[in-house]
Amino acid sequence: MASGRKGRIVSISGNMAVVEVDGVVVQNEVAYILHGDEHLKSEVIRVKGIRAELQVYESTSGICVGEEVEFTDELLSVELGPGLLGQVFDGLQNPLPHIAEKHGFFLKRGIYLEALPKDWEWDFTPQVQRGDNVRAGDRLGSVPEKMFNHAILVPFNLAGSFEVVYIAERGTYSFKKPIARLMDAGGREHEVYMKQVWPVKAPIRAYAERLKPTEPLITKMRIIDSLFPVARGGTYCIPGPFGAGKTVLQQLTSRHAEADIVIIAACGERAGEVVETLKTFPELTDPRTGKPLSDRTVIICNTSSMPVAARESSVYTAVTIAEYYRQMGLNVLLLADSTSRWAQAMREMSGRLEEIPGEEAFPAYLESRIASFYERAGLVRLNDGTTGSLTIGGTVSPAGGNFEEPVTQATLKVVGAFHGLSRERSDARRYPAIDPLISWSKYRSFIRGDQKDDGHKILDRSNEVSQMMKVVGEEGISLSDYVDYLKGEFFDFAYLQQNAFDPVDEATSEERQSYLFNIAHNIMTSEFEFEDKADALHWFQVLRQRFRTWNSEEWKEAGFDRLEADILSILADKRKKEQHA
Amino acid sequence: MHRVYTDIARIAGDVIIVEADGIGYLDIAEVTTRFGKSLAQVIRLDGKRVSLQVFAGSRGISTGDRVRFLGHPMRVATGDNLLGRIFNGSGTPLDKGPELSESLIDIGGPPVNPIHRVIPNKMIRTGIPMIDLFNSLVVSQKLPVFSIPGEPYNELIARIAVQAEVDTIILGGMGLKYDDYLFFRDTLQEHGALSRSVFFVHTASDPTVECLLVPDISLAVAEDFALKGQRVLVLLTDMTNFSDAIKEISITMEQVPSNRGYPGDLYSQLAARYEKAVDFDTAGSITILAATTMPGDDVTHPVPDNTGYITEGQFYLKGGVIEPFGSLSRLKQQVNGKTRSDHRTIMDTMIQLFADYRETVEKLSMGFQISPWDEKLLKYGRIFEDQMMSLKVNMPLEQALDQGWRILSDCFAPEETGIKSSLIEEYWPRQASAE
Repeated sequence: MASGRKGRIVSISGNMAVVEVDGVVVQNEVAYILHGDEHLKSEVIRVKGIRAELQVYESTSGICVGEEVEFTDELLSVELGPGLLGQVFDGLQNPLPHIAEKHGFFLKRGIYLEALPKDWEWDFTPQVQRGDNVRAGDRLGSVPEKMFNHAILVPFNLAGSFEVVYIAERGTYSFKKPIARLMDAGGREHEVYMKQVWPVKAPIRAYAERLKPTEPLITKMRIIDSLFPVARGGTYCIPGPFGAGKTVLQQLTSRHAEADIVIIAACGERAGEVVETLKTFPELTDPRTGKPLSDRTVIICNTSSMPVAARESSVYTAVTIAEYYRQMGLNVLLLADSTSRWAQAMREMSGRLEEIPGEEAFPAYLESRIASFYERAGLVRLNDGTTGSLTIGGTVSPAGGNFEEPVTQATLKVVGAFHGLSRERSDARRYPAIDPLISWSKYRSFIRGDQKDDGHKILDRSNEVSQMMKVVGEEGISLSDYVDYLKGEFFDFAYLQQNAFDPVDEATSEERQSYLFNIAHNIMTSEFEFEDKADALHWFQVLRQRFRTWNSEEWKEAGFDRLEADILSILADKRKKEQHA
Repeated sequence: MHRVYTDIARIAGDVIIVEADGIGYLDIAEVTTRFGKSLAQVIRLDGKRVSLQVFAGSRGISTGDRVRFLGHPMRVATGDNLLGRIFNGSGTPLDKGPELSESLIDIGGPPVNPIHRVIPNKMIRTGIPMIDLFNSLVVSQKLPVFSIPGEPYNELIARIAVQAEVDTIILGGMGLKYDDYLFFRDTLQEHGALSRSVFFVHTASDPTVECLLVPDISLAVAEDFALKGQRVLVLLTDMTNFSDAIKEISITMEQVPSNRGYPGDLYSQLAARYEKAVDFDTAGSITILAATTMPGDDVTHPVPDNTGYITEGQFYLKGGVIEPFGSLSRLKQQVNGKTRSDHRTIMDTMIQLFADYRETVEKLSMGFQISPWDEKLLKYGRIFEDQMMSLKVNMPLEQALDQGWRILSDCFAPEETGIKSSLIEEYWPRQASAE
């Protein structure tokens, strides 16, 4: 939709174009550079007098000074409606499979397709009647989308209270046909369609209130759920050097987390990893619904070779779609991999704008942008009293693996949990490589508080002894110190580590975690009698091996019970007698 | 219609500014000086002022020299005529062959739609146990060799190239020593691979910025071959030189540096090249093997660090061998389950035991007590280094696996290795058996 306002390019550097505008210009409005028959999408990011500075979402190769630019009056927006689930979009919400069908191997610039084609049809069931009063975010009706009842909501941009003057009957409609007409207090009527448009950089706030996140979001990763839990509606981050397993961790979470909907934002990372997700998800079944995982997933992918500016918008596109599903009372999980690439896109643009740089040349507004992104997460009570949640987990790729860098530090300030991956752990093949000595979470775990603290304590103690041994050797420490060391190692190997390639061990339910933790806790807090260090080492090795095998046994099946009995008898062997009281 | 301008307004670093109209961003121009001709590329447009980076450097350019704009971005000829040919960093023949101008394509083309990629699933056999057995190379993988200068990384890359089963080899040399260039040429010639290779060589004596085009030219040619269904292997050596050229230009253009002088977009620049590695669903493939020298053996240096975040693992070359720790092929899991039933087990067991060996070596150097188990590990470690790690070892995967079993049985009892009993029964060499 053109506003009729035009301008001409006066300068180009990288993906920034400066345009002299005739008339007014709106900050953050979308403009198109007219280059031959190509129309290249861009966004106004700064205005100086009659000059507007645009970030161009495409390659700027071949563009000349003097070429025409058309302004649209619209902010960068996404389409929201049924049909998003199972889709793969780029950072500007272009449907990639559709583009592949029409345009072949490559993503040629200037090609934009509708995210939700107008002629798609859906079976609409009304839930309001003529004369009802509604507000933005209220349900007008619903359509079946995959396994959900996708709610058709009063558009979020309608302010105030409205009277329903027309509501479509039950039936099949396309996006072209209005399904309702709403009248505002001034008597003006607004037509409502099954899809609506929302600017990505503004949060959707059509709910009654924001609540404090309390319930844990089960990821089925033992080290996360038990020691460093994530809450529904909370935020967490995973910083780690390359090769430490950030992406594998995100992939596992996207499969097993107990969320209704998972939005994956692959932001500036390898195309190969996205391909793995998008080709395997349709074949994996969601254990909770028995349907393909892709049915509850939306992938937003802007891989590292795609234009940088669109990388910046991809995280916003993803979070807006996530907020939209939260408005239906669903629990949504957004996984962003990696937020550092998004920050780098900001840095690149800031450099082109010749802004005064902050630390490591990141712009001064880095922190506030990161904060406002994570703040879009949250548990909310909707107008109808039900709740919905949006949990955000972002990976961070710190330069040189050093957490003292601006993106990690800015992220740590705003998130509720920190899962720090360490090179030492991944080198030692201890997966997940979340370092229990540096990670933290402000959320509550389903493990009892004092038991959880004991877990942390034994890990700290074990680490202390291990440091000591590096200096004085194994022969230089006492047997009881050595046993403390072994207990920590045991807890790490038998409980915290998890084999992502084992079909049973890759995901542990809440029930099983509580059960296991109880036994592990018992071992950590009991006293045992050993003849010498070799005896202790051997005993713990045997125990560890049994526990690991136990972790691969199906919950409460025969093999599980057999190993449990076996483990308990090994324990009884060495336990100090007075403990039996 | 080519437009010629003669008023160069500014010369700084390897960037010149001319006043001109109607010039496209990233277009190519030809600068003629009394020393000869050089290509230049538009890197900024500001009103009439056009900034150009001159690939041959700005030395000797006069403010009155001619700048001829070609009206299009950088292009390169493609097709089978290129095979066996050697060009410089701008695509001009270095051998005695003719200039090529057939089927020209733009370099630095658009990214591949991820929908048309397949999950990598084909192993590339190299005959090097440290790769085939422990960190398998996979079709469409992008994998750099991290090493300090002076390590035999070019030898390693050349050896993989001649032994790998691929249709076409493209060598992109950046800041390549002349000797190394000759080495690549002779090695490929010797193994009969030169006739299916194309060289784009920028040597250390050429102007630095000229190497900026090398990855894009090499990859554009590779992409064309891949689209015609060929399996292409691209060798890029050394990407640190490429990064340094980017640094030089960005400093000249007064961009704010982010880390040790490198521009903030180093990641994107490197990714745009490495991400050209692809396995098309209905065409051929591109696999990229690169050299990244690490100044001061520092893996946190911006070039190896950014590279590590982009590539699918790395081979870490140290002391003339591929170091098992620090080396990683992220795609190995996609292929090593389909080779032989003992592949993954041998891989894991031998590496774990080798890690134990390293610990024992440390213990030994600290003067702590050595147990009989430590003695076994010491023996094992030395044999492993000699018969597996050494780059002299050259054998197919299956033979390397058999060798692995032999080494294990020479040093340990079966139960000490922690290997599943079913595999022990199948593979453990029987002692004192016939032969």
